[in-house]
Amino acid sequence: MTGNTKQMPKDGAFLPRDRNWQPPALAPAYKSSILRSPQQALLSLDNTLSEITGPVFGHSLLGRLDGDLIHNFARAGEAAIGERIIVHGKVLDEAGRPVPSVLLEVWQANAGGRYRHRNERYQASLDPNFGGCGRCITDEAGRYRFLTVKPGPYPWPNGPNDWRPSHIHFSLFGTGFAQRLITQMYFEGDPLIWRCPIVRSIPDRRAIEQLIALLDMENTIPMDARAYEFDIVLRGRRSTMFENRLEGN
Amino acid sequence: MAEDARRLKESASQTAGPYVHIGLMPNFAGIGGVYDSDLGSAMVNDRTLGERITVTGVIVDGAGAPLKDALIEIWQADAAGLYNSPAETRGAADPNFTGWGRCASHAETGAFIFRTIKPGRVPFIDGRPMAPHITFWIVARGINIGLQTRMYFADEMAANDADPLLLRIESRHRIRTLIAPREGDTYRFDIHLQGDRETVFLDI
Ligand SMILES: [Fe+3]
Repeated sequence: MTGNTKQMPKDGAFLPRDRNWQPPALAPAYKSSILRSPQQALLSLDNTLSEITGPVFGHSLLGRLDGDLIHNFARAGEAAIGERIIVHGKVLDEAGRPVPSVLLEVWQANAGGRYRHRNERYQASLDPNFGGCGRCITDEAGRYRFLTVKPGPYPWPNGPNDWRPSHIHFSLFGTGFAQRLITQMYFEGDPLIWRCPIVRSIPDRRAIEQLIALLDMENTIPMDARAYEFDIVLRGRRSTMFENRLEGN
Repeated sequence: MAEDARRLKESASQTAGPYVHIGLMPNFAGIGGVYDSDLGSAMVNDRTLGERITVTGVIVDGAGAPLKDALIEIWQADAAGLYNSPAETRGAADPNFTGWGRCASHAETGAFIFRTIKPGRVPFIDGRPMAPHITFWIVARGINIGLQTRMYFADEMAANDADPLLLRIESRHRIRTLIAPREGDTYRFDIHLQGDRETVFLDI
């Protein structure tokens, strides 16, 4: 399958979104969705140029510390407090091909579960050396990498005692605006994952498992930082050539 | 069939939550010194071609309250109807216009505001010209997967009447939910998530 990339139309329509795999707009256990979920059917339409085009961001955008959340907000010579981790992986399309030049923007709570935001009310301490944002752009092989601290779980006003599992928010731009995606990454072994109403808005257990990063000892830096591996899949594009080839295999 | 080409499933969306600004507009969120400026905050410069317009509005929930924690992105063609994107094969778009903007709704009023230019017409799949339009993508707490819609221009009624997307809307009274009235150089586009005036959202 490799080596076929050049035959792929760069401007083909995207494969339709699988709305049974994606969370529905209304997930009543996540109370905020009740008044914010459209109730009419979505209007389906084949992609036009307005959907298959999209903004692309160059590597020149990035500053030296953009992908290093331990240091990008810290005072000189200081560092954020918490478990040092590397979060890395690939951005792929639905055919399994790497997607280069994807801008990833991430945000997260600090090691104590506290966000640096004016609406944040959790009593956990702010870390003066942690801002909570980072970004990077995938390389030719679709790879990305962040250095950060593991975010803490935090309570949130929903049910009487709801806690978010440790998570990192991810925003991704593919090659077309219809690929625009925001999701969250969870951590292997966290018992809060399966209790969370936001996680459980996703109907298929396999789709949830796809959002759980696995501890990756092979890429751990000994005496420094543990690694977690997290691959993300964006919508693929239609391609007659590619399909013919698959069928011939 | 296209379905056969899928070896993987698209990662599931999760809500952007109430703190989306930290990641996408950190300077707006008060987290200074990490990025020079917030991406998408300025769409035009002095040399951008086209008619300067302002697009503003609020996003309204099912109880009639404006969303004050939403994040809106828009994507549009330049004044000549070309997209500034590698997937654009018809010609080179205006180098002084990216076509992409990002805005947080105001913390007190919920208003979003984009200073941009009026886009030109872009062909539909079959070559018919679409009416000028701006693509919207909306995320917020309580929105599990980003909402996609389009804004059309009230002063383009002849083009709107022949627009292939607008013609597909079966409940004709809902067409007006996508058409922004003009006052001066400002178009007002309010987005209703529910109720009698629920905006037509797209699965594209
Ligand atoms: Fe969060």
